Amino acid sequence: GTLTWRGNKYSLDNGKMLLRGCILRNTEWCFGMVIFAGLQTKLMQNCGKTKFKRTTIDKLMNTLVLWIFAFLICMGVILATGNTIWETWIGRGFEMFLPWTKFQIGTVFSGFLTFWSYIIILNTVVPISLYVSVEVLRLGHSFFINWDVKMYDCQTNTAAVARTTTLNEELGQVEFIFSDKTGTLTQNIMVFSKCSINGTIYGDVYDEFGHRKEITEKTACVDFSYNLLSDGAFKFYDNTLVEAVKQKDSAVQEFLRLLALCHTVMSEESEGKLVYQAQSPDEAALVTAARNFGFAFWSRTPESITVCEMGQVVTYQLLAILDFNNTRKRMSVIVRDAQGRIKLYCKGADTIIFDLLDPSSKDLMHTTSEQLNEFAGEGLRTLALAYKDLDEEYYDVWMKKFLFVSTVLENREDQLAALHEEIERGMKLLGATAIEDKLQEGVPETISKLNLADIKIWVLTGDKQETAVNIGYSCNMLRDDMTDVFVVSGHTLTEVQQQLRKAKERILSLSRVSDARNDEDNDIFADDSVFEEAIITEYALVINGHSLAHALEPQLEIVFLDLACLCKTVICCRVTPMQKAQVVELVRKHKRAVTLAVGDGANDVSMIKTSHIGVGISGQEGMQAVLASDYSFAQFRYLQRLLLVHGRWSYFRMSNFLSYFFYKNFAFTLVHFWYGFYCGFSAQTVYDQWFITLFNIVYTSLPVLAMGLFDQDVNDQNSLRHPSLYKSGQNNLLFNKRQFFLCTVHGMTTSFLLFFIPYGAFSVMVKEDGSHSSDQQTFAVTIATSLVIVVSVQIGLSMHYWTAVNHLFVWGSLAMYFVILFAMQSDGLFGVLPNIFSFVGAARNCLSEKSVWLVILLTTAVCIVPDLFVRSIRASLFPTQTDRVRQLQQSCKRQRPEEQNLRRACRTSSRRSAYAFSHQEGFGELITSGKNMRTSRVSSTCSYERTAPSSKWIENVIKRTNAVSCISFGSPNKQHQS
Amino acid sequence: MGKEKSKSGPLARRPDNSAFKQQRLPAWTPMLTASTVLPSFYLLALICMLLGVWLLLTVQNTQEMKVDYTEAGSCNLCFEMRKNVSNAGQKCTCMIMFSIEKAFKGDVFIYYGLRNFHQNLRRYMDSRDDGQMLGRKSNLKSPSSYCKPFDVDEKGVPIAPCGAVANSMFNDSFILTYYTINGPTVVPLLRKGLTWYTDKNVKYRNPKMDNLTLPEVFEGTTRPPYWQKPVYQLDPFDPNNNGFINDDLLVWMREAAFPNFKKLYGFLYRANKPFTKGLPAGNYSVAISYNFPVQYFKGRKEVVLTTVSWFGGQNHFLPIAYLVTSGLILLTAVVLTVVWWKFGKDGKNMAD
Repeated sequence: GTLTWRGNKYSLDNGKMLLRGCILRNTEWCFGMVIFAGLQTKLMQNCGKTKFKRTTIDKLMNTLVLWIFAFLICMGVILATGNTIWETWIGRGFEMFLPWTKFQIGTVFSGFLTFWSYIIILNTVVPISLYVSVEVLRLGHSFFINWDVKMYDCQTNTAAVARTTTLNEELGQVEFIFSDKTGTLTQNIMVFSKCSINGTIYGDVYDEFGHRKEITEKTACVDFSYNLLSDGAFKFYDNTLVEAVKQKDSAVQEFLRLLALCHTVMSEESEGKLVYQAQSPDEAALVTAARNFGFAFWSRTPESITVCEMGQVVTYQLLAILDFNNTRKRMSVIVRDAQGRIKLYCKGADTIIFDLLDPSSKDLMHTTSEQLNEFAGEGLRTLALAYKDLDEEYYDVWMKKFLFVSTVLENREDQLAALHEEIERGMKLLGATAIEDKLQEGVPETISKLNLADIKIWVLTGDKQETAVNIGYSCNMLRDDMTDVFVVSGHTLTEVQQQLRKAKERILSLSRVSDARNDEDNDIFADDSVFEEAIITEYALVINGHSLAHALEPQLEIVFLDLACLCKTVICCRVTPMQKAQVVELVRKHKRAVTLAVGDGANDVSMIKTSHIGVGISGQEGMQAVLASDYSFAQFRYLQRLLLVHGRWSYFRMSNFLSYFFYKNFAFTLVHFWYGFYCGFSAQTVYDQWFITLFNIVYTSLPVLAMGLFDQDVNDQNSLRHPSLYKSGQNNLLFNKRQFFLCTVHGMTTSFLLFFIPYGAFSVMVKEDGSHSSDQQTFAVTIATSLVIVVSVQIGLSMHYWTAVNHLFVWGSLAMYFVILFAMQSDGLFGVLPNIFSFVGAARNCLSEKSVWLVILLTTAVCIVPDLFVRSIRASLFPTQTDRVRQLQQSCKRQRPEEQNLRRACRTSSRRSAYAFSHQEGFGELITSGKNMRTSRVSSTCSYERTAPSSKWIENVIKRTNAVSCISFGSPNKQHQS
Repeated sequence: MGKEKSKSGPLARRPDNSAFKQQRLPAWTPMLTASTVLPSFYLLALICMLLGVWLLLTVQNTQEMKVDYTEAGSCNLCFEMRKNVSNAGQKCTCMIMFSIEKAFKGDVFIYYGLRNFHQNLRRYMDSRDDGQMLGRKSNLKSPSSYCKPFDVDEKGVPIAPCGAVANSMFNDSFILTYYTINGPTVVPLLRKGLTWYTDKNVKYRNPKMDNLTLPEVFEGTTRPPYWQKPVYQLDPFDPNNNGFINDDLLVWMREAAFPNFKKLYGFLYRANKPFTKGLPAGNYSVAISYNFPVQYFKGRKEVVLTTVSWFGGQNHFLPIAYLVTSGLILLTAVVLTVVWWKFGKDGKNMAD
């Protein structure tokens, strides 16, 4: 489209678009107008549908309530039939005392009426208050998450927030975690941690005995105060490098000079400080390192680079930038120094650089290569640095060729590449750098904990494969002791299919071999699902976006999923937000497992919305992820607390709560059913109307709520220390249909005993003073009292954690029962409404009776003992993991629990990753063209007027890259997601 | 929830580190271990056992005598007579002889028992007006609709007391005679104090008298259709035992929970010989004024004589139930002991 403004027409093309979700970097503001909004934005279209999230227990609960309803109707039918039969055989004879009303035409009709009466009487078996109570519990659990000080991040001043209050117990059942990488696992901060210069490693700290020391918070940093331009945030621990610089070691100087010259970083001054704007954080880290060691990149123009070398301002003439791209995997600059010497500085992937080296560097290459292995083993990103002195004549010839080729229309790229390679041949090796892609705190520990809890973690990232794999290694997700890491990178459907098949066959064959050794019987392994459990060795799968697109096609998705589930670790790289959602959806659909997605950026929104539970990391990348999420916090490591502590507790509490609730309602209601057989199925209630009204609301609601809110089987430290406790949630052990069945049977048994023991006693009972006491009201009070006592004892048995609140609620409810009982049956209330409070005096007369208490005691004992017996037997014969940990917790209660220290294992690795670049072409062209600078004025003061050139610069960037990349303009690691 | 607190500063949103919010409240964490469960099981078994034995011994000392007079002896005639509704107005008395082999010591209670009479049907139980029986004038003259069809008679005169419960009141009466060597002696019965204090004084009241006599108060009402006497003439001997506070009425109005029940009729007046120590052994007869028809609902009627103990009348259920429970608990305790003894070592090593 075009924009007409003040008579001028401006074209509006893709390059001028800022997509929703963009974050402006390197500029403070820009003019804009809204073109499309809302659902039409790319972000929203990538989001996928928002679903209403419900937990598994919720769904199960709905099914169960339907079952209960069916059960209620069954009881109604049974009792109605009973009524018809009774009226036919017995009721007719009783008509003399109780004539039928004009409505009651016949016995069948009487049965029909009875059916509805019983539906009304027995409706308490359908737990209507359950839904309210469950919501209250979830709200409480959410508050506990919000209040958790251990999930509060001081640095960003953010506490964890449960943004949804309906998913808490689902947190205890997670089987799959889908994690974003940048900003979630990593901080997106690159730190210059080590370097090797001329065969010497700098960056390690040794103690007095020459042993390498672990770098901790307490290790003394190098003091850069001598350097006025140093950046305070930069930390380095090895003093030897500084000394080498001070001694003017030429190799070291050249090394640092290279770092200061060979880059595409822009500098600017803000508040009197030098600030770098880099395309990738890696570059910024390198340039900042050079700056601190005394080679501060000061400013650049299209033709020059000004560097402050050890306090002296030196300007280099910038002759050419041979930019980075994915095939070259290196970048070079050609500069002319103050003395007129022409030099080429190159940095890039070690494998590439090593091929281009001069034979004279061979020895150094070997040493450096070993050191690079060492760096890689520590999970650092490495780069090799090399330089070359150029002759004036050689350079002129080359430059002419270069200019010529630049204008060639055909095959320009290839020819340029050849030219670049020509001049980059025969370089001398300077050394290597190692950059740490800083993980968020505690990531490897968290991941290993979650792994121990049988949670599968899949990393879905927009980054390229190497970065992702590198992070995989540094998070302990990929390890060298893994049997195999499958990389699927096919570009066609068949390729991908073959790769997937091959990988799967390999796993199956290997396991078959290892199993055959252990077990002669191979036939059991015909079934893959059985097989999944049997795999001992660990595999990992790495798949990239192209292949994933094929793997997600309907004919391959099952193969892919099977393979992925056989692997311990799955890494999907270069995936689009939509693909993230598709992967989540795939697992959701076919595995029937609870999925959790965690991410921090706008590109994670779709997967956060698709998964059962979405977790947003409130990081630097805006609020989209947090706004779409169900839970949000500041650090990835809080995930373990969220799942292993809060999730597990929540699930445990909810399960116990539901079991008890169903039990309670069955025990309470079915008494009417049994009574039906003795009262001619006439729908006579056993209890007082008031008791029926208040039982669920007042007498029994608070203790069970207290249990649902405060109960802890195992405290938080032990929950974290024994991640395997989490498995009961994944396997849905604590509340399922079987459990439901058991607790309803338990409830029915209790109601049976509650009815028949008093029945047995009352049918022959006479009061102490001789008056009969088998009247209905006494019976009602006795059963009600027994019931309240039995369910109170029962909740006492179910509670594991008796806080003061629990005590208050349990004892308080019991006390409340008696208080209300006497109040409801008091003279005063009866005087006001005699027909409603007709139980007057029943409690006083009944509960003053020894025989009634004997009945209550007997009923309570008989109802409780079997349950207690079963619990004890189960605890001793089939102790669960929870029981064990509880016992452990009890036995060492007095000892101070010591924090378990999961240290990151030191790895020796032969793998290395050498990509301290973004995976996109750099800004070389941009810089040399000068478009990004206002004028070609050499600015020694480094103070640009920021807005005008910057906005133009961005404009150019947008022109060059496609429009989407500006979403991640400031974080280039994410560019390939669209 | 997302609300920011008014506090400011770097730790503004830091949650309180209180025991409640951090779920660190001090708590008692009981566990089912051998040391807690086993003693309680044995203790419970012991308690039940002791109670059971004690109750059993007590029950052995109580005595009970049941005489079913539905069709027995001369009552057969009455039974046949009551089969015909037209004879409802006619009186019928009969006598049953029985003997007591062992003297009933202490207080002796006399009950009438009914079998298969459902006082616990919902419509039956509802068919009463507690407001009327509390003496409310308005309810007296216009009984609650729950009393239908026994709220008003054909002429529209309100019935007092209304409802099916009152209408079906048991109206047989008994005279107990003891045959000594000297000849028959009527066993003196106390027919008052049969009810709960609350029933007699709170739940049931006669309408306010205002210097009127009881029949005047009940003027404008009629007796329930099956009754032979109006409510103010229920007790011909004691005018204070009439109206809505008549003991027999009150006993009947307290509806039984089950179809087989017995209700107190009276107790032995022990002031004079030979009944000072209870009922001596010997021959007795009971003369029954046979009014209550039971043949319609295939019911039975009986007279029950019993003595009571500290926990009520003769009740074999409780001691036996206690003994059985005690046995079962003991059994489970033994099983648990064996289990713990055998697997106890595993239990201790469970922590691994």
